[in-house]
Formats: sequence, structure tokens, C-alpha cells
Amino acid sequence: MSYIIEGRTGNWEMVIGLEIHAQVISNSKLFSGSPTDFGADPNSQVSFVDAAMPGMLPVLNKKCVEQAVKTGLGLNAQINLYSAFDRKNYFYADLPQGYQISQLYHPIVGNGKIEIDLEDGTTKFIGIERIHLEQDAGKSVHDQHPTKTYVDLNRSGIALMEIVSDPDLRSADEVAAYIRKIRTILRYLGTCDGNMDEGSMRCDVNVSVRRPGEEFGTRCEIKNVNSVRFASQAIAYEAARQVEILEDGGTIKQETRLFDANKMETRSMRSKEEAHDYRYFPDPDLPPLILEQSYVDAIKANMPELPDEKKARFIKDYGLKAYDASVLVADQARAHYFEEVAKNCKDPKLATTWVSVELFGALNKSGKTIEDSPVSSDYLVELIALIEDNTISGRIAKDVFAEMIESGKKPGDIVEEKGLKQITDSSSLDPIIDQILSDNTDKVEEYKSGKDKLFGFFVGQVMKQTGGKANPKMVNDRLKEKLQ
Amino acid sequence: MTNISDLSLVELKEKMTNKELSSREITETYIQRIEQHKDLNAYVMTDFDRALDAADAADKNYAAGNAGLLEGIPLAIKDLFCTKDLRTTAGSKILDNFVPPYESTVTSNLKKDGAVFLGKTNMDEFAMGSTNRTSAYGHVISPWKANGSSEDLTPGGSSGGSSAAVAARLCVGATGTDTGGSIRQPAALTGTVGMKPTYGLCSRFGVVAFASSLDQAGPMTRTVKDTALMLESMAGHDPKDSTSAKVEIPHYAGLMTGDVKGLRVGIPKEYSIDGLPAEISALWSKGAEWLKARGAEIIEVSLPHTKYALPTYYVLNPAESSSNLARYDGVRYGHRVESDDLNEMYAKTRGEGFGNEVIRRILVGTYVLSAGYYDAYYTKAQKVRRLIVNDFDAVFKDVDVLLTPTSPSTAFPLNQDETDPVKIYLNDVFTVTVNLAGLPGISVPAGLAEDGLPLGLQLIANRFDEARLFNAALALERDAKFTAKPEGF
Repeated sequence: MSYIIEGRTGNWEMVIGLEIHAQVISNSKLFSGSPTDFGADPNSQVSFVDAAMPGMLPVLNKKCVEQAVKTGLGLNAQINLYSAFDRKNYFYADLPQGYQISQLYHPIVGNGKIEIDLEDGTTKFIGIERIHLEQDAGKSVHDQHPTKTYVDLNRSGIALMEIVSDPDLRSADEVAAYIRKIRTILRYLGTCDGNMDEGSMRCDVNVSVRRPGEEFGTRCEIKNVNSVRFASQAIAYEAARQVEILEDGGTIKQETRLFDANKMETRSMRSKEEAHDYRYFPDPDLPPLILEQSYVDAIKANMPELPDEKKARFIKDYGLKAYDASVLVADQARAHYFEEVAKNCKDPKLATTWVSVELFGALNKSGKTIEDSPVSSDYLVELIALIEDNTISGRIAKDVFAEMIESGKKPGDIVEEKGLKQITDSSSLDPIIDQILSDNTDKVEEYKSGKDKLFGFFVGQVMKQTGGKANPKMVNDRLKEKLQ
Repeated sequence: MTNISDLSLVELKEKMTNKELSSREITETYIQRIEQHKDLNAYVMTDFDRALDAADAADKNYAAGNAGLLEGIPLAIKDLFCTKDLRTTAGSKILDNFVPPYESTVTSNLKKDGAVFLGKTNMDEFAMGSTNRTSAYGHVISPWKANGSSEDLTPGGSSGGSSAAVAARLCVGATGTDTGGSIRQPAALTGTVGMKPTYGLCSRFGVVAFASSLDQAGPMTRTVKDTALMLESMAGHDPKDSTSAKVEIPHYAGLMTGDVKGLRVGIPKEYSIDGLPAEISALWSKGAEWLKARGAEIIEVSLPHTKYALPTYYVLNPAESSSNLARYDGVRYGHRVESDDLNEMYAKTRGEGFGNEVIRRILVGTYVLSAGYYDAYYTKAQKVRRLIVNDFDAVFKDVDVLLTPTSPSTAFPLNQDETDPVKIYLNDVFTVTVNLAGLPGISVPAGLAEDGLPLGLQLIANRFDEARLFNAALALERDAKFTAKPEGF
């Protein structure tokens, strides 16, 4: 999909690369045994190592390494059997060591790629440049005191994976699709919970613009982009800003900019000249991380089914359309629910409609997640079975479903209680039809003289009389026969 | 009877085992001596109450027949080791009020083996120095005086409080740390034995970090055997230090015979530097002759990159220290100068809290790591370090140990007007290579110079070859027969 910014002087294209910081799911921090629970009391999850007390040393958490390898495999990337940790030096009150331990020179994961699904049904491959492990900093809290800043070190030392994309993204929509896809994959893998509002996934966005086909322009890095929506807004603003400068004959200054979600704009944070000199060098406290190929293979052998594989399978097994399948697999729990229903139904198309349209629609309306769906997959299977064996019609099924959402009752019980069973025998239906035809002899005449549209009137009358319970096909068949 | 304070660790253990002496008696003797010689400024902090409690506990263990390796032995701890509930300053004002809530692995090991801690010894600030003049707590005075002089001399550094305390009989042994020679050089200058183990043998956990890839803790005592016993207690794998080696620690003292028949001793020709005093050269030759007389084979060897060792060391060491010392920012612990602005708070805290030598190393380290200079300095230095390691690896194919002088001079006056840091750094010329290559090295007192001050010889072995190193050192010690002690101690 091409996305063009039409400027006053011609067309522009945006070039975007992302750095996603994903908090690793692990019980303890990257280099210490402190717990990592979100929302704990400030400074209650801080070890001597996290607080950088004198003489404290980092010890690498194996679980975090496993999670990074798993993530690398999930993003179809090269796992580097040799990687090493470097110190990124800078001063800040919430950075106790005065450096962050990261992996600049030898990251644990190298080149990879993922496929993103766009709304027009097309897909696109986005390159992954690298993933490295690093420590998170603590949190500075500026709004608790008029003149003081408080520091909470609970987050200090928690493991992050920095996932760096190639500059392959060309629109805000692609960026949104990319972030969502990464999030989905990480959630499938169980390596990051992807909760952007809790800060466990954050991104920095690198944006530049160029004339289509020309060399890359100068980029600006936008920090503090903490939702998919903000990413789209920040990119749109930033690209427009850069185009305007260029069209006015100016040049783009390489700089770090901050996204202000309230004003919906980016503003300069520091210029290239003011950029930190991080003085990276290999951390002498940590020997290089050497992995065995057999270790990587063992992780590979235990990988869960990933969204792309699931999507392909859903298309093949259940006849889903590509985009529908990609939307469905985006949420692991929803995909699982769907599959529980689809594999137990004769007609997977029916399953698709009932899960994707009816159930998801109802859940969205009530703001509920699939986890607290009032309708279990078993009950939905039963409801669909009632349609498939003609016990109820599709229309009645909607009423039953509404009742299920409301009360959580079994569909069979609802049908039984309310007497909603479909009328499927002609001996019950014929007297009703005969009565309607004799009550409307004028309309029967008109129909017979060529007013075909009146057929619908008769169907409607039968449905009205039967409270919608008549089998629609049988109503059609009997009416046609009797009106001949 | 010999003075209690002149008995070695081995002798004291024997006497306590035989109930001829109690740890309390020994500890009280040392406490009294420390009080008596406060003017040396060897200790920055004493802990006598707990020392006496530990001594009593040790006596009970002797009585019960379950005495540990160092049971009841009074030791001094360099103030770079974090000691639980006992102030630890690293010789710096910036940690003036720092009381660690934890214990270093090395000192824990010593305590577990029954050692009694008398207190914390003075040192160059953050172990940066070889004269003990950079301490924020005043310099340490060596118990030694040159012939016919009353001038105060350096005890060496950075473990100068420890070396002075061992030489002045203010403790039986002391811990030191050695990043570029900080155990061996002060040992040489005070007529004591100082040993730097293979990198990774002693855990660095709880030792205030200076230059992480070079730092090693080690023992300082008055005899080679005492040093071996102390090391046996201090060393061992520690999962809390990722660079800690997974090796078994043998009972070194039990393996030491002094028999060096067939031992191949290398004499590196590059260590005959210009301006090396003749008496040091002579002592070096004498050392070789002693070993030869005992059946060792003396082989001249070459370590061609030796001349690059000092500049390499003085790039890597400040680079690592500049980063290691970033944590002293006044935010969480230690000295703080309040300010309304964070950057100003950092600048004032660090400007006030650090001394000149520390500031110099931070500046140099920051410079060599900065964009545009990193490759020219840091990367280049790492490459040269590799060449120096290769030099040693090659030489240890042909020899078992190397013999060199420890220091290019005897102790010099503390008030010597030397302000050129490069000249001061030259004190490390024979010792830094060992740190760069991660090897074990030991300084053994080998004689007195014409000025009446001690001189040491250094033995260097291959990585984890401590047992052989101690054995060679024992042979050297037997022939050197160093019995001199500072007058009045």
C-alpha cells in the first residue's frame, strides 16, 4: 500500500523505523533477584544490586535470556550464540548505577522479519534489525511535591527487549499494524504482556520524509509514544512538520523530539549536538553470553503456534478470509475461543459469523473481554447445532443468543422454556397457511394475477402467526405450492 | 618467649590449639598495639568490641575442638571491603557516612573460618594510588625509617594501611586489593608478603569496584605460609560474582615444600628497565641464584609488549573507574551537597566528595570512552592488553614462574614533592602486567637496601597455578631469611 503526502511542491513519502521496548515477562529482574510485579508500593522491589550499592554485581537471569531467544525465534530472527553486555553511561536520578547495562556491540538477536496485515487485505514484510536485552531505569515522579522529584526504583533493573525494526514502514497505518503484530507475537510467546498503558511496551519512532524513490532524509526520533493511537498521531504530525520545513526550503535537523499527547504535537527535546555521549563499553562485570545451538533448538522445539501459522490454518481449515483471519488471530484468547467453536460445528462459516459478528459484537458493546464472556464456547456450539439441525431458525437463534448473553443459560433450555422450537412439520404449518390464505383472498387474487412481491407478505404473515418459529424454507415451499 | 605480636599466623594457631595462648590474649595484645601506634594512621576505623566478642567465640571453638582455618586470628580489613554494620569509606569522603547493610564475600569467608576483625585499614581513595597520599582520611605512615633519618615514608599503596599494619604488627594479616600492584607494591615497601591471586579466584562481591576487569582481593601477612592460609579462606567460587572462577581451592599450605628442583624460572629481560637501581638489579640476580642453587632452571625470557603495559593500564583503568564511580551521585547514599538543580547537585556532590586523583581518573576515563576517541584509546588498549596476555601465554609454555623485582625503588618520603602523576604511575611498572593478564603474583621480602629499607621480589605464575607460586615463594623466603623489622615495633 503506498501512502503519499501531497505537498505544495509535489509528493512526499514517509520513512519510519521503530524501537520497541518490551518488558520481559520474568519473575525477577535482569541482573538481580528482585520481583517484577506491576503496581507494588514504591521502592518495595529493590535489591542492593538494583540500588547500585557499592560493591554490588550483576548476575544474569537465565529466564530473561530464554525469553529473548524465544522472541527472536518468534520474529524469524537470527539467534546470536555469542552476545555481550555493554554499559551505556549517563547520569539521571532514576538510574542508580550511572549506566544502563545493554547490548550495543553484540546483541542476542540479529536480523529477522515479520509480516504485517493491512486493512486492504495486503500484507508486507518488515525487517527486524536486532533485539537486545537491557535494563530498565527507575521512575522519576515529578507530581507528588511542588519542588521535589521522587524516585521509585521498582522498575530499575527490570529486563527489557529492545526490538529495532528496519526503516521499512511507510505510513502511520503500517506502524499501527506493525506494533499490533509485534504485540500479538509477544503475547503468543508469553515473553511480554504488551500492556502499553502499564508501560510494559513503549516505543520510540524514527521518522523522516523523502521524495518517493530518493535517498532517506534526515530523521528525527520521537520519544514517549505509548499507545498505537499516539504512534499514528505522532507520525502524522511529525511527517507533516518535516514536509512543511522542506517545502519552505529548510532542512531537517537530526534531533530527539518528545510527543505531547495532550497537544498532539512533537517538540524538540535535544539536538544532535546536545545528544548524550553514552560512552558505551563492554561491561567488565559480565562475561560474554555464549549459547549452545542445542539450547536454542530446545526452545525452538517448544514454541507455541504463532499468529501467522494460526492464520494460515484458519484460512485453510475454516475457510476464513485472509484479513478476517488476521483480525481473529490478533488476540490469542479470541482465536482459541473461535477454534473451540469452529472445530465442533459442521459449518465453520456459521461459526465465523456467530463468533466474530455476534459474540464479539456483544462483548464490544458491553465492554467485556473474551475471558469474561457470559457465553461459553460449549454453549455457542450448542446454539449453532440447534440451527444446523433445524431445531431453531437463524432468526430465533439471535433471540436465544441475546438471552444467553443476558442470563448465561444453556441455549437448549432457553428454547425449551420459551417454546421456541421451529415448526418443521407441514401438518402443523398447513392449517396456519390455509387460514391466512382464506383471510386474504383479495391478496391471493392479486398475487395470482402477477403481483409476485406479495409473496413476502404471506411469508411475513406466517412468521407473525408462528412467532417466528416456522422453518423459513418450509414456509416458502408450502406457500409456493398452495399459491399455484 | 617471643612477643605475641611477632608470632606468625601458623604459630599463633598452633599455640591456640595447644591452649598456650587464647584468642582474647592475642586480640588484646593487638588492640593495645593499635592504640599505641595510632600515629601511623593505618586504621580508619577500629571495631574492638566486636573483635573481642569474636575472640571469645574463637576460644570456645578451640575448647570445643572445632576451630576454623583462621580461628581467633586478628586481621585487618582494607576499607574497600564492605563490612556489615561497619562503616566502609573506600578512603573517600563521598562514602564518609556509608555503613553497608551487607558483607563482602571475602570477609564473610574469613569470618566463617573464625577470623577476628580488628578494624578497617586506610587506603588510597578508591584504591587509586600507590603512595597512600590520596586517602581522604590522611596518609598512612610506614613504620619503617631510612637509616639515620626520621622522615616519614610511604607504606606504598593503595593497600598502604594494610601493609603498614602488618609490618608494624598491628594485625597478624590483612586483606588488600590489587588492581595494578596495590597489594604487592606496598608489601615490597614494608617488608611483608603480599599476594594477588588469579583474576576470578576471590569474589569481588561487596568489594567497592575500582576497575572491574583488573581488581582482585588478596592477602597480606608476614610469611608466605600465612599468606597461603589466608588465601585459602578468602578464595572460592561465588555465584554472586559472574567473573568468579569455578575452581576448587586446595589447602595450599599443605602442598608447600619449598622444593623447587626442576622448576623453570623465567627472567623477563624487558623488566631490566632503564634507571633501575643497581641494588635492585643485584637483589633480582641473587633471587635467581637462590632458586638455581635449589635446583631450579633459570631461563631468560621475553615479554615483548611490556613497555606498552603502563599506558594500556592507564587507559583501561580510568575507563572502567569512570563508569564504576558514576553511582556516587549523592542520590541514594553517601555524601550529598543539596541543590535545587539535579545536575548542580551531582557536580557539587562529586566535586566535594572526590579527591583530585579520583577526579583525574574520572576525567581521563570519560575522555577515552567518548565518541571519536573510543577506538583510538579504549579499543587500542584492549588490543594491546590481548598482546600482553599472549606474551605471558607464550612464555608459560617454557617456564613455570617468572621472577622480577616488585617495585623500582624503596619507600620514598611522604612529603616528596612529586606532583607529576605519570612519575607516580611508574611505581606500577613491574606489577600492572600481572593484572592486565589476570595472573597470580606474590611479593616476598628479599632484603634491605643500602638505605635500610625493605625490597621485595615478585614471582608470577600462570592462571590458577597458585600452589606452584606459593611453593616457589616459600623457597625464596627461606633463602632471603628476611628477619628485619621496623625499629620500635
